[in-house]
Amino acid sequence: MSDLTIGGFPLDLLGLQLVTGVALGAIYVLVGIGLSLIFGLMNVVNFAHGAFFMVGAYVGVFLYGYTGSFWLSLVAAPLAMGLLGLAVERVLVRPLYGRGIDDPLLLTFGLSYVMVEGVRIAFGLTGLPFGAPPELRGAVDIGIGYFPLYRLFLIAFSMAVVGALWLFIERTAFGLVIRAGARDPQIVQVLGIEISKVWLAIFGLGCALAGLAGILAAPLQGVTPEMGIPVLAEAFVVTVVGGMGSLAGAVLAGLIVGIVVAMTSLVAPDMTKMAIFALMALVLLVRPRGLLGRAGALG
Amino acid sequence: MTEGAPAARPGSGRTGRWLARASRHRVALTLAFLLVFPWIAPYQALAVNILVLGLYALGFNLLFGYTGLLSFGHAAFLGGGAYGCGIAIVHYGLHPGLALAAGTLLATLIAAAMGVLAIRTRGIYFAMTTLALSMCVYYAFYRAEAFTGGENGLRGINVPSVALPGVRLNLLDPTVKYYAVLAVVGLAIWLFSRLLSSPFGAALEAIRENEHRAQACGYDVARMKLAAFVISGALCGLAGALQAIHLSIVPIEIMHYSTSGQAVMMALLGGMGTFFGPFVGAATFSLLQDGLATLTSHWQLFVGAIFIAFVLFLPLGIWGEVLARLRRAGW
Amino acid sequence: MTTGIDRRGLLRGSAAASTLALAAPALLRSAAAQAGPIRIGFPVPLTGAFGAEANDQVRAAQLAIKEFNAAGGFDGRTAELLVRDDKINPGEAATRTLELIEKDRVNFLVGGLSAAVTLSINNVARERGVIYNSISQSDAINEAKDFGRTTFHEALNPHMTAGAVGRYVFPKSGKRVAFLSADYAYGHEMMRGFKRAGEASGIEVVADIRHPIGASDYSAFLPRIAALKPDVLCLCNFGRDQVVSIQQATEFGLKRNTKLVAPVLLFTARKAGGDAFDGVVGGTSYYWRLEDTVPSAKAFNDRFRAAYNGAVPSDYGALGYAGVRSVLEGVKAAGSTDTAKVVTAMEGLKADFYKGPQSFRACDHQSVQSVLIVEAKSKGMSTPDDVFTILGTEGPDERFLRGCDELGHKA
Repeated sequence: MSDLTIGGFPLDLLGLQLVTGVALGAIYVLVGIGLSLIFGLMNVVNFAHGAFFMVGAYVGVFLYGYTGSFWLSLVAAPLAMGLLGLAVERVLVRPLYGRGIDDPLLLTFGLSYVMVEGVRIAFGLTGLPFGAPPELRGAVDIGIGYFPLYRLFLIAFSMAVVGALWLFIERTAFGLVIRAGARDPQIVQVLGIEISKVWLAIFGLGCALAGLAGILAAPLQGVTPEMGIPVLAEAFVVTVVGGMGSLAGAVLAGLIVGIVVAMTSLVAPDMTKMAIFALMALVLLVRPRGLLGRAGALG
Repeated sequence: MTEGAPAARPGSGRTGRWLARASRHRVALTLAFLLVFPWIAPYQALAVNILVLGLYALGFNLLFGYTGLLSFGHAAFLGGGAYGCGIAIVHYGLHPGLALAAGTLLATLIAAAMGVLAIRTRGIYFAMTTLALSMCVYYAFYRAEAFTGGENGLRGINVPSVALPGVRLNLLDPTVKYYAVLAVVGLAIWLFSRLLSSPFGAALEAIRENEHRAQACGYDVARMKLAAFVISGALCGLAGALQAIHLSIVPIEIMHYSTSGQAVMMALLGGMGTFFGPFVGAATFSLLQDGLATLTSHWQLFVGAIFIAFVLFLPLGIWGEVLARLRRAGW
Repeated sequence: MTTGIDRRGLLRGSAAASTLALAAPALLRSAAAQAGPIRIGFPVPLTGAFGAEANDQVRAAQLAIKEFNAAGGFDGRTAELLVRDDKINPGEAATRTLELIEKDRVNFLVGGLSAAVTLSINNVARERGVIYNSISQSDAINEAKDFGRTTFHEALNPHMTAGAVGRYVFPKSGKRVAFLSADYAYGHEMMRGFKRAGEASGIEVVADIRHPIGASDYSAFLPRIAALKPDVLCLCNFGRDQVVSIQQATEFGLKRNTKLVAPVLLFTARKAGGDAFDGVVGGTSYYWRLEDTVPSAKAFNDRFRAAYNGAVPSDYGALGYAGVRSVLEGVKAAGSTDTAKVVTAMEGLKADFYKGPQSFRACDHQSVQSVLIVEAKSKGMSTPDDVFTILGTEGPDERFLRGCDELGHKA
């Protein structure tokens, strides 16, 4: 460890804490993007987002038990949650368009109850133990100290996913439609595209991202039916801080929240939970539409 | 029973003679129902809960149903009222009547502070701002362990009896307790009704229907919204104070945002923007949870499914739907 | 888990009862308690994160009821258990306790799992003079402020448990101790127990970090602790927090230099946490392998196995059994269900129900009993339930409790 200190903490430790924050942020980013897209583009507050996160983790862990391949789980969990998301949008959410934000909110709230209880019935109350796959276990020296290999993988993998998503939204025809839809749904209609199809895809994509985040988080804490509850609150913070419907905003906010949590843990550990809500309140009061949110995306 | 203001969503048809007549006596009709309610409820402790939650939903409804502001921070007011009342009794030995006032006052102050900050935002941002601020209040109370008991909750709000001029009420008798709480809730309902029929009530509805038009009509919209927020907070605070005395404890969970979610659910279940809806919502919510929890350990599955069904098929809420049907039938 | 069928059966019973109750208006019902069965209210968190523990509490409590009735009950009266779901919410628990006392007219209350819930039940019960035997860990319930003459505490308290673990671990594993504690009363209470036990062996506290309760990630706290290379890391948290913090401490490689210690090692938590728990040392009120050395434990396990398809009781399950049994033994000893007489009888109980001798201390009604020191393992298990090795037992002794004066009880 070096002798340099800031505020009484060695520089190495601060560095490690920063990397820890980024790893934490990686999960927040993935959950936050999904919620933010659904929120910003469809005006739907998806209260079941944490439940999709949780069910995704269960699907992944369950499959891992059969196949022994974590990589397969990484594909299957988002796929399954994407399909479930499509079904939910088509059957439950679509009838509510045009009714205002409270109806989808209450509906997805009820849906989260159903999903959590369904998992309890299928997999029991206690949760399942789950650790990092053997090839990603252990810690490596990153120059400033040892850091768990799995968390480094988490950072790299999330960055790759975000990159792919960015390419998808910026460089594809469908991405153009999404961007147009975020600005003004009527433009999309004028372009001759059924907005309901766009919304269907967005909801599925958001849920798939939640499922992916779930299976990525599983090796950190195992899985339980309740694991989605705190995640939902954190995803809301990310969405609000970043700006609803903004991909870059969600990434930025996810990382900020992760780093704020990590640094508060160092300075005032007992304040970590309060810190993220204080951050959210501050952003809302100073810049209500979020760091990178556009005015008028929601009206 | 009754319909105070027009339903929040487009109603169908004109209000008939009978409904109009019922609306004039909405306070009396609501109280008449609440007077006989303990004979219908499974047990009195639950009946008192429903009374308290009904008042909580009523306060919330002033903001959501009548003014059109969706707040996710009402748990801070319910909790503020409960802690204010509990602390007054446990730490300062105040008379329960004064403690109720202290709780309501604390909730009002919290509402004023939160309102001043939150009222500048609108729509979903307003909901999120109130959520974030209420969570800050939650953690502040959580950490003030010397006063609030922290995670363990505040215990010892033991009020076995209340001395009033001429009588001593034995609150350990569940029936006496119910009617004592009802007396306070009834007073609040009456004040609430007066408020709705005042010019202020009309102004709130104007704001709900169209904020810009209300502004153009010369209303000070920001100040009206703030006033509604604070009055709503005071009503919720009174509900919290009553709950503290009823349960003799204040759990920290009372301030969590999930309790705010409860208010939203009760208002939607009962029918927002209707006078009696909050009580219908509170009763449905509590009876569902209580009854299903006795029948199955998987009660959350059914509660969830029922919420989904309500949103899809009964968007006006139970009472809202009843009113709409009566109106269609020309009552 | 094999709890599904039993739980459904059990809930069906109470459902039938509540349907009847629904049919009769609340105000018209009258008390019929005096001659009927002895009714014991049992609020536990059947749903939610501690459902597995709660269901085991119920099964074990049912066993105590069954044994009492099979032995002829008391004075021609049988006992019955009225199970309620407290949803691990103190408000719900208070409401359910009011229901049990006012509507169901229970004679006694046993139950609780979280500290906040147990204190809530206790406050409602003591105001109405109903005996409540708590089976949840809490230090506060011993203190004069929360204590009532009808308050009993069957479970261990954090002070005893953490103290016993500290007295065992510190002399063996080293003096440089770090604490990672959940920031609420229960976490602080456990830390106090450790620190006081550590005074005797002269420990040096190198870090005292508090984390918010219910945190889903501990990685932000761990680099700092790892950098200090303490001999012992005491994780003063519970349930899910414990499972996740142990898993992540293992991930950050803390086990290389540091002995991980948790004051309370739950049977169910170890099963949910898997091999991440390996080598973690902690305390418990009961572990089924106690049957190797204690005859009453062997007898209890055998009865439990016979009743529930060979399953073994968990720690909290055993407390459910003992909680109900203590009250029923009190009734027998008192020769009455009268509250004051049963209180006196319970104060005088000298019992060995399932784990060796125990008795209630006079001033705070805390059950003075042994604490087992166990180490988690995932290798060399004789059965899937064989998850701990018993390292030692600290016998029952009032010296290990906080003094009555300290708790505010006047002599």
